[in-house]
Amino acid sequence: MLTVETLSRTFTGLIAVDDVSFAVTPNTIHSLIGPNGAGKTTLFNMISGLLPPSGGTIAFQGGDITALPPHRRARLGLGRTFQNLRVFGEMTVLENVLTGMHPRLGVAWPLAVLRSPAARAEERAGLAKAQALLAKVGIADHARRPAADLAYGDQRRLEIARALASDPALLLLDEPAAGMNPTETAALGDLLLELRQEGLTILLVEHDMGFVMRLSDRLTVLNFGRKIAEGGPAEIRDDPTVIEAYLGTKVARKLAGAAA
Amino acid sequence: MMATLDDLLWSYQSLIYGLGTNAILGLSMYAVLQLGQLSLGQAAFMGIGAYTGALLTLRLGLPFPLVLAAAAMVPALAALVIGGPTMKLSGVHLAIATIGLGEVLRVAYINTDAMGGALGLSGIPEKSTFAIIFGLLAVILAGFILASRSKIGRACEAIREDEAAARVMGIDVSAYKMTALVISAALAGLAGALNAHFSSFIGPNEFAFEAAVSILSFAILGGVTTPFGPVLGAFVLTALPELLRPFHDFRLVFNGLIIVLVVIFLPRGILGFRIRRTGG
Repeated sequence: MLTVETLSRTFTGLIAVDDVSFAVTPNTIHSLIGPNGAGKTTLFNMISGLLPPSGGTIAFQGGDITALPPHRRARLGLGRTFQNLRVFGEMTVLENVLTGMHPRLGVAWPLAVLRSPAARAEERAGLAKAQALLAKVGIADHARRPAADLAYGDQRRLEIARALASDPALLLLDEPAAGMNPTETAALGDLLLELRQEGLTILLVEHDMGFVMRLSDRLTVLNFGRKIAEGGPAEIRDDPTVIEAYLGTKVARKLAGAAA
Repeated sequence: MMATLDDLLWSYQSLIYGLGTNAILGLSMYAVLQLGQLSLGQAAFMGIGAYTGALLTLRLGLPFPLVLAAAAMVPALAALVIGGPTMKLSGVHLAIATIGLGEVLRVAYINTDAMGGALGLSGIPEKSTFAIIFGLLAVILAGFILASRSKIGRACEAIREDEAAARVMGIDVSAYKMTALVISAALAGLAGALNAHFSSFIGPNEFAFEAAVSILSFAILGGVTTPFGPVLGAFVLTALPELLRPFHDFRLVFNGLIIVLVVIFLPRGILGFRIRRTGG
């Protein structure tokens, strides 16, 4: 589905992502974890095309997309959400989702402007689909409100609905549970599992370890821009390098001592 | 009834025509501002259109519809050429680059004898009529309203609100920006030619920085959340100096004061409402 090979990104005086390779298998939830500053968001920005890599390649569904602009990647079926909320605040919730549908609205622009029958039919179908997506993520009641008025957790849900509107094959979620309460987080987890059931592939960045361990089929662990481990949830949980990265060398040694 | 209307039109002809052409200029500003692009090249594009139109009429005597078409197309081509290198610029940088265009052209007009040099071009026949000016304004305004209700309107607002998010949503931001710049140049050129064909004179200093700022102020006063805003803004700022005639030189102070007050108290302009963009 997605293959990242020897991907690197340097900023002046800093290697944010250093020679990272991993592959996401179709129809799985794959998580990228690591301490703050490990390079997860930089990696997301390179995969979605907002940031050119300094080296390495990105392949999506068998084709090299390293040089493609973001909108072309979206058309190929790559959707994403952002860590810092980026809904279109002045638009209504419904309009946000319709905007996400942009690459799938195929009517030529003169027809769209002149509201030809085909364009109107497409808009109606789009509206129905947008309503359904809002219902799916649980914010259908807010459809006509300006997106900026929504509560934090609801804005996160809106971002997911907006990303789903383009019928992505792969969805990149950057900390979707951040700022959500435990009930909301659990509901989000159910939603993501449901989406995977329906055939979606998800690449997830998240700090809530309970959430990550519950959902992930596979995890890639980053620290200081490098990949330090990869495996299933159980493997990663017991991996000493991972524990060390998260808790620091001293605590890791102490834990190892206590276990021995 | 018709007679009084004719009288009114006759006494205030240049003011009324000016309302129409300035409204078109306001819409040309709207075309770029609705994407969050601050271009100050509108006056320059207007100048290109005015000179193109005036020269075609004076030297070749082309029919007026053809003149208008050329006056829209030549600045559109200019926008296409300068759009490439300036498209990577945004905010203040784009504004400065487009101001530069106006200054370059001003100096070029002054030094080109074939274009009238510093004296400008005079004796341009009056070919703009009330019907042509306001008919075109109505068509352009309708086009913008229809577009803003469609997926195009959503894409434009998305770009203005968050460019990066719009990109990953599958919107070709560069294509939208380029198209907006070309359309805005064409409209400014059209307004320039319409204006030249009722004021009978154009000069190199009419399309410089001051004009660019006053075109921008139409959009700022009216607001750019709908295409109605810049039209209303243009109407108010064009009519105001006439209404304030008793105040003589202080008139311009009122213009400035109104803009300052609007920016402070009505940052979205006097018409701050939105058009629903669910076009079904």
